[in-house]
Amino acid sequence: MSASLLKVTDLKKAYGAIQAVGGVSFEVRPGEIFGVIGPNGSGKTTLFNSMLGQITPDSGRIELKGQDVTGMGPLELNRRGVGRTFQTLQVFGKMSVRDNLIVAAQEHQGNLFSRMFAPGDSGLGAKADALIDQFHIKHVADKKAGELSYGQQKLVDIAMAFMSEPDLVLLDEPCAGVNPSLVGGISQLLKQLNQTRKGSFVVIEHNMDFVMDLCHRIMVMVEGKVMAIGTPEEIRANKEVLDAYLGS
Amino acid sequence: MKKLSVLFGVLALAALVLVPSMLKSHGIYLFTYWLIYVIATMGLNLTVGYAGQKSLGHAAFFGIGAYVVAIGMQSGLSFWAGLPVAALSCFVVGLILGFPALRVQTIYLAFATLGFNTAVWLVMRNEEWLTGGTFGINNIARPEAFGISFDGNLAFYYLVLGFSVVLAALLWGLLRSPWGKAFTALRDNPIRAESLGVDIRRYTLLSFAIGGVYAGIAGALFGSLVQFIDPAPFTVEASIMMYLMVVVGGPGYFLGPLVGAAVGVILPEWLRFAQAWYLLVFGAAVMGLMIWLPDGLLSIPDRIRAKRQSREASAARAAAAQGVKS
Repeated sequence: MSASLLKVTDLKKAYGAIQAVGGVSFEVRPGEIFGVIGPNGSGKTTLFNSMLGQITPDSGRIELKGQDVTGMGPLELNRRGVGRTFQTLQVFGKMSVRDNLIVAAQEHQGNLFSRMFAPGDSGLGAKADALIDQFHIKHVADKKAGELSYGQQKLVDIAMAFMSEPDLVLLDEPCAGVNPSLVGGISQLLKQLNQTRKGSFVVIEHNMDFVMDLCHRIMVMVEGKVMAIGTPEEIRANKEVLDAYLGS
Repeated sequence: MKKLSVLFGVLALAALVLVPSMLKSHGIYLFTYWLIYVIATMGLNLTVGYAGQKSLGHAAFFGIGAYVVAIGMQSGLSFWAGLPVAALSCFVVGLILGFPALRVQTIYLAFATLGFNTAVWLVMRNEEWLTGGTFGINNIARPEAFGISFDGNLAFYYLVLGFSVVLAALLWGLLRSPWGKAFTALRDNPIRAESLGVDIRRYTLLSFAIGGVYAGIAGALFGSLVQFIDPAPFTVEASIMMYLMVVVGGPGYFLGPLVGAAVGVILPEWLRFAQAWYLLVFGAAVMGLMIWLPDGLLSIPDRIRAKRQSREASAARAAAAQGVKS
């Protein structure tokens, strides 16, 4: 069995003549926070969507816990322990915050038939409340998610990805559009979750301070290819990366 | 608030039990007709309002339910034996109709379901050996159970009321179960729902199938009410009318069908005084509703609440700004 939780090997995806992802390989270890950075158009989101079954890669192999999951859809991946957030907010606006969290894990309880007769909270109420507490959104727990501020919705959005206790969570720009004071809060929350739940995270983010502070290792992508993989210190010291991306 | 809702529910049920006994035959007939449409649109509300699937084929299920029971009764089956067959038929056909929804959405899905309704209607009209074609099926008897005959209008009304209450309770339970949240997640954001493990294929199919069962049962009751069926009440026009009832009442509001079906069934009766102008008045009323209340009549309390919250938030911001200045 592979020691890595996630192993991506020579993944390729082209749109016509444009090679969005051109042979990307990397591994994510159990308990690791792995950052993916790169300028716009470097192929980060295509890589994410290929890994998450939103699009089918042209070639390459994706292994989760040693099993080939290449081309598997989002539903199957979720059932195998993969959670995700999206670049844009994706909460269920007409449901309460609490119900957003419950629906994020209810399908992992019992089977379709048993869920028809299960209580409304699927027995997940206490777990949802604990996560609501941890994310400091208790005061809005019974409000409709669509009525909250952007920052609060972002917290709900992230909390939903953790509700089913996935082994691997892929976070697509968790700080996008968030005010600077909340960025630190999100970083702290993710560190706490990483320590308490021992899960692995893959984080795409443009906020360099956030990535350098949060991630154990970072992969830099440029024009669909891997430029470097290393610890934050190694990435900061990498001259090629400095020239191509960090710019100083 | 909860106590108030319970009190309102009890009073409404008491009114539904008592008022028809004071009405003449036509009034009882109208109330029965309304309740049958409430049952049918409860199902459509699940498909459209809760699960977000655009269906313009609901009258086909209404017709399938009516014809299955009527044909069964012609063959010697009782109403009670035909009813589960009708419900099961609608469930299976609903599952099949759900498949296009896995490929297309919005207006394209509406057209696919509209095509389904037309196809079913053509079968009802053209397969004379089975359905009686345009001549229809006559002398559909009203049911009896445990020695109680529901032949009289008032007795049949109470039977339909009983069905309405039981089916409403079942739907209420379903919507309060995890299935209800899954349907809402499917409606609000299917991509996110799937990424959270919600099997959107299964829930899409189930929303059509369960919605179809409600329409099928309503259709069976409709056949018994009018005691004659032909293809006319099961056209695309009838499907559009049912969709309108859901939208006017408030899609995704549990009591929406009660209000919507009243607008679709009872309001035209009230507008009879307008004679030839009736359709114009009805059309104008519906247009006005859609312009000022696009989420339906039952959205009024929510709109008032949202406005009040917005006013309070503005006042709080103004007060905070005043505090900063001084």
